[in-house]
Amino acid sequence: MNLTESIEQSQLRDDVPAFAPGDTVKVHVKVIEGTRERVQIFQGVVIARRGASIRESFTVRKLSFGVGVERTFPLHSPNIEKIEVVTRGDVRRAKLYYLRDRVGKSAKVKEKRY
Amino acid sequence: MNRASLQPSGLAWGSAFRPLTEVEIMTVKAIVGEKVGMTQIWDEDNNIVPVTVVKITPCRVVQIKSPETDGYSAIQVTTGNRDAGKLTRPEAGHFAKYGVAPGTELVELRLDDVSSYSVGQELTADLFAAGDLVDAVGTSKGKGFAGVMKRHNFAGQRATHGAHLVHRMPGSIGQCATPSRVFKGQRMAGHMGNERTTTQNLKIVQSDAEQNLIMVKGAVPGPKGGTVILQNAVKASA
Repeated sequence: MNLTESIEQSQLRDDVPAFAPGDTVKVHVKVIEGTRERVQIFQGVVIARRGASIRESFTVRKLSFGVGVERTFPLHSPNIEKIEVVTRGDVRRAKLYYLRDRVGKSAKVKEKRY
Repeated sequence: MNRASLQPSGLAWGSAFRPLTEVEIMTVKAIVGEKVGMTQIWDEDNNIVPVTVVKITPCRVVQIKSPETDGYSAIQVTTGNRDAGKLTRPEAGHFAKYGVAPGTELVELRLDDVSSYSVGQELTADLFAAGDLVDAVGTSKGKGFAGVMKRHNFAGQRATHGAHLVHRMPGSIGQCATPSRVFKGQRMAGHMGNERTTTQNLKIVQSDAEQNLIMVKGAVPGPKGGTVILQNAVKASA
């Protein structure tokens, strides 16, 4: 391991659950309002995970009042309080950008059956 | 430096007027290191900070130059370690004269005041503290013979409308019979990079004396493994 990698290792979080594109997650985000800090929950489908190590990020898509909203989070951000996996999705792609062009039932991700 | 104080207006000539050549802020401290590479870390506000990691391979003072003996003041330092058997005889003699373990290279650092340094002294990363502003000096990556678009950010010429083999050419480089020559300093294609480059006012994010690492916010000139001089910023606004 080289020096920059070992510096990155020390910055990584160790409490990131295993989740993959297609999964529905609840992201608990710390929000600072003035001096107060509170936690906001962003729930949606993970449509992409990209990058590696400290640069890794993931994109969550949800429908808010009929409008598609996407938010990209750095996976190891200290601003994330926790990530909860709600359901596992059954998908065949690593990037689910096709969901953007779909509405209604076809925009749903099948739940994984074991 | 207070710019207004350099203007002689309103002052009697010769009273409080100082010559413009006087440089007030000069190098107070400097250190030589090796560029390890770039990464990113989180700061206390949970923002991403891009950092360049500079490793201080033991940086030892070899020679101290003073105005009395050399006409100017500077310290000569060496970095890293080199097998004593692989030195040339002049190099071996130089290291033996000062009794310093030989390093891979010798770098001279021009400093205002060298009285606090001693031969053989090791400079460590805690020379700079987090929050200090530094100038980073390095040798930029060589780009070879580069055209004007890459070297001087020229716009080039059009892709279509009859442009033939001139898409990345500079265009006109001057006038006609008057002056019937190309002016000096005309920017043209040529060798780019591989020259001494200074990036000013970089903030020290972290300095770790234990591992002898300094993290500087932003990019530092040169390739990974290149020699980098970090010195206090000359244009830092106090």
